[in-house]
Amino acid sequence: MKENEKKSRILLQLFITFMKIGTFTFGGGYAMIPLIQRETVVKRKWVDDEDILNIVAIAESTPGPIAINTSTFVGYRVGGFWGAVVGTAGMILPSFVIILAISFVLKRFQDIQIVKYAFNGIRAGVLALIIRALWLMYKNVKKSAVTYIVMAAAFVLCAFADVNVIIVIACCALFGLITSYIKTGKEKQNI
Amino acid sequence: MIYIRLLWTFFKIGAFTFGGGYAMLPLVESEVMAHGWMDEQDIVNFIAVSESTPGSFAINVATYVGEEVAGIAGSVCATLGVVLPSFIIILIIAGCYKKFRDSGIIKGCMSGLKPAVVGLIGASVISVGREVFIPDGLAVEIFKAAGTYVSAGILVIALILSFKKVHPIIIIILSAILGIAAGYIA
Repeated sequence: MKENEKKSRILLQLFITFMKIGTFTFGGGYAMIPLIQRETVVKRKWVDDEDILNIVAIAESTPGPIAINTSTFVGYRVGGFWGAVVGTAGMILPSFVIILAISFVLKRFQDIQIVKYAFNGIRAGVLALIIRALWLMYKNVKKSAVTYIVMAAAFVLCAFADVNVIIVIACCALFGLITSYIKTGKEKQNI
Repeated sequence: MIYIRLLWTFFKIGAFTFGGGYAMLPLVESEVMAHGWMDEQDIVNFIAVSESTPGSFAINVATYVGEEVAGIAGSVCATLGVVLPSFIIILIIAGCYKKFRDSGIIKGCMSGLKPAVVGLIGASVISVGREVFIPDGLAVEIFKAAGTYVSAGILVIALILSFKKVHPIIIIILSAILGIAAGYIA
């Protein structure tokens, strides 16, 4: 009985903590890492700083939004399967409710002239944000002949050849795998 | 059935986006536009909404598209779809994440995926840029010749601010104000 009570208290704490993180991180992505660190490491002591670094590394190499990767991972470490469910649900709930509310009004406001003007300006601003994101990601890529080829191929195939994005992504992963095996194979031969 | 189509489409989006933030954009563009659920303009507008509200772009866009297409039940399906792939994968590797992280196969795949995402976002810059500067839509009739200069001006200002690490929400608000001012002056 007592064991059950303790467990449900942890689940409730997980839910509330991730709801807080989900509510206060605007824009999502890496912006939420500092808040996650403060809430789960400093305040709750559920995981340590090394775990957070690992989570970031894993989030980079698994599909899906970082928010979900993190809440599932920490939730699982603290409360098993149901911890993962509850943590992830808490993370999603705030943005889910807010976007639902917005979707009801956005369509109605979109036809007002002043809102149209505002969005004309906003789209140019958003383009700037995407260009900056592109620059940051470009800086983070290790530069070699292989990566330049992949970058150029993915760009051309998607922008001008209209190839399905999923196929492009899958091919690039396969290409990366093959070239890295060839590279390690050569290194072994040299030894 | 529409609910299953929403779930499956967003499951694919969730399963094939690596790295957070705008890495999602190329896939959302192609999958959501292929179904006719949103056009390029809707997507760019929604990026601004997503940057100004909590949560990540993927979840926000899933919730929004789901609601637009099939009501609240639709938004639940789409959101569930985008979340499930990473939820399942993290559950599988949570116990052995060190092994996973150091695995040669994962490292090899990532060495191809990282530059691929850069190329794909580059493609998104082209599609969004096309929407900003040569929109076919009728909603922007005031933004023709003069509009191109206005958009270019806002783009340059926003670029400078974003490289000075000004918060995206401030950039969006400023772009909105400039857009309104330009609209009424023209």
